[in-house]
Amino acid sequence: VSEPAISLKASGRGRRRLFANRVAEGAAIGAAGAAILVLAVVIWSVGSRGIGALNVDFFTKGPALFGESGGGIAPAIVGTIMLVLIATLIALPIGVLTALFVSEFAPPSFARQVRLWLDVLNGFPSIVIGIFVFTICVKQALPVLGIGHHQSAIAGSVGLAVIMLPLVARSTMEVLALVPNHLREASLALGVSKWQTVLRVVLPTSIGGILTGTTLAVARAAGETAPLLFTCSIAGQIVDWNPTHSVQSIPLTIFLYSESADPNLHEQAWAAAFILILFVLVTSLTSRLLLERSRKKMGLSR
Amino acid sequence: MLARVEAASIPQPSADLPRTRRRGDRIGDGLLYGLTAVAAIASVVVVFAIIWRVFDGAWPAIKEYGLSFVWHSEWNAPLSQFGAREFIIGTVVTSFGAMVLAAPLSIAIALFLSELAPPSVRAPIGTLIDMLAAVPSVVIGLWGIYVLAPFNANHVQPAIHAVLGWLPIFGGDPHTESTVFSAIIVLTIMTIPITTSICRELFLGVPSELEEGSIGLGATRWEMVKTVTVPSVRGGVVAAIVLGLGRALGEAIAVTQVIGNFIPLSRTLFAPGDTIASRVANQYQGAISDIQISALIYLALILLVISFVTNLTAQRIVKRFEAQRTGRA
Repeated sequence: VSEPAISLKASGRGRRRLFANRVAEGAAIGAAGAAILVLAVVIWSVGSRGIGALNVDFFTKGPALFGESGGGIAPAIVGTIMLVLIATLIALPIGVLTALFVSEFAPPSFARQVRLWLDVLNGFPSIVIGIFVFTICVKQALPVLGIGHHQSAIAGSVGLAVIMLPLVARSTMEVLALVPNHLREASLALGVSKWQTVLRVVLPTSIGGILTGTTLAVARAAGETAPLLFTCSIAGQIVDWNPTHSVQSIPLTIFLYSESADPNLHEQAWAAAFILILFVLVTSLTSRLLLERSRKKMGLSR
Repeated sequence: MLARVEAASIPQPSADLPRTRRRGDRIGDGLLYGLTAVAAIASVVVVFAIIWRVFDGAWPAIKEYGLSFVWHSEWNAPLSQFGAREFIIGTVVTSFGAMVLAAPLSIAIALFLSELAPPSVRAPIGTLIDMLAAVPSVVIGLWGIYVLAPFNANHVQPAIHAVLGWLPIFGGDPHTESTVFSAIIVLTIMTIPITTSICRELFLGVPSELEEGSIGLGATRWEMVKTVTVPSVRGGVVAAIVLGLGRALGEAIAVTQVIGNFIPLSRTLFAPGDTIASRVANQYQGAISDIQISALIYLALILLVISFVTNLTAQRIVKRFEAQRTGRA
């Protein structure tokens, strides 16, 4: 076996280029590692500080008096459930119908416009959405709903619904776009009318994806604080199921407790943050996985 | 079998076929079309309703202070003197600071996810970074106050001060806890996932023939990224950064928790400050007069205009790249 005529080892300029490549790759890995480290540190900080304050009282009792230890965030849990529930009842039908119009009925130019404005709405700062709802639901009276001139859970829910609407609509559009066209054509070819095709073929095929998209929006809405500041922040200390009253909510409780001077409330804030982060991460993670799976399934059947 | 069917037995399409469509179907079609159209129009109307209502709410303050509100620096509620200058500067400084840190990091992470990482870890790591975006801002803020800000005050800020303290922006007392610097870090953490996920899509959309071509010509992976991958989607990367900037501009809660809510701003980043969104959030129950509420809404209007313009521009650019990509596929 003879020696190769030229050396295959890099030298000089070649070595510098390989070195630069190595450095760049290292930087990219480092950046990704740093981002994951931050996520881990945030979750660990919240978990390690929050878990100590978790007990039955935390879920079933109202806040303790100032200076006393113990107490819980039951009113805030109930409030967040109600706020998110009403917001979903508003945003889900409007979002899904909007998506149906865009992907089943609308001329392409109009569909593009709707998509664009939904993206713009998604980019609006949530604090501005809070101000908007404040001007329509709190600053003036809406006698029909029994709200107005004061904060209420309905006002807060409207704010959350505005946050959810573009998320629900856009994710539904994506799912509808995955429904194979031959299903629609087959249905129409059998003489089924358009509306029955949409309701009996298109919607049932995509319902899983629509619901997971909605779950993602719910996870987002459950953690929003800014839209509630002006619309649903001054509330009593008891569990309240009346949507025309202002109610407590988990994000706002964290926000208020984090700025208080009482160390007991700090502990409660961490515990509430732990509950919130757990709920948000678990729901968004599972719905993401489900979405991925249904996307793959639909992709295969195409 | 089909061939044996006699022609006569096949029902002839009758001239009045349209009338055989059941009435229920016509009503159903119309109803569903109408219902979905109303919903779609409502969704678009919300955008304009927000602009109109915020403008309307700000109108008393606009009448009172005019455009000079934008460059007036006082914010004195008892004297009803309101100006937005400090908050605008604070917003610009924090957002651009966050962008300076987040842009290179996001591009690096996106390159890692699209070019470097072995396929089996791409999806999990991408999901983890997306999870960072799912953490509610109030939780990031809580963490910011009690973990990040003390860490910055004790370690990061003194270290930077020791090296770059001769620059005015890193001057002052580096042991301050509520600082513009901490706000910048918080915003960086919150914008990275957004910019990263858009950049990743862009990089994945670069035709592999181009990338393989440059590798085939002897380029290293870094040279391929530098000369082919990034340049071919440069505009899109800029748009992705601007979309991240839009998020940073509008973030209220986490910023108000760590920044200290103080004006006038000082020259150094190691001092408390304030931003438009943070001021609006911070004053939610402290308004003492109608004109103060209106001035707050005026602030929100300025924020709305800024984020509207940045978003619309970035959105259009990203769309162009998406169209290009799907056009090729």
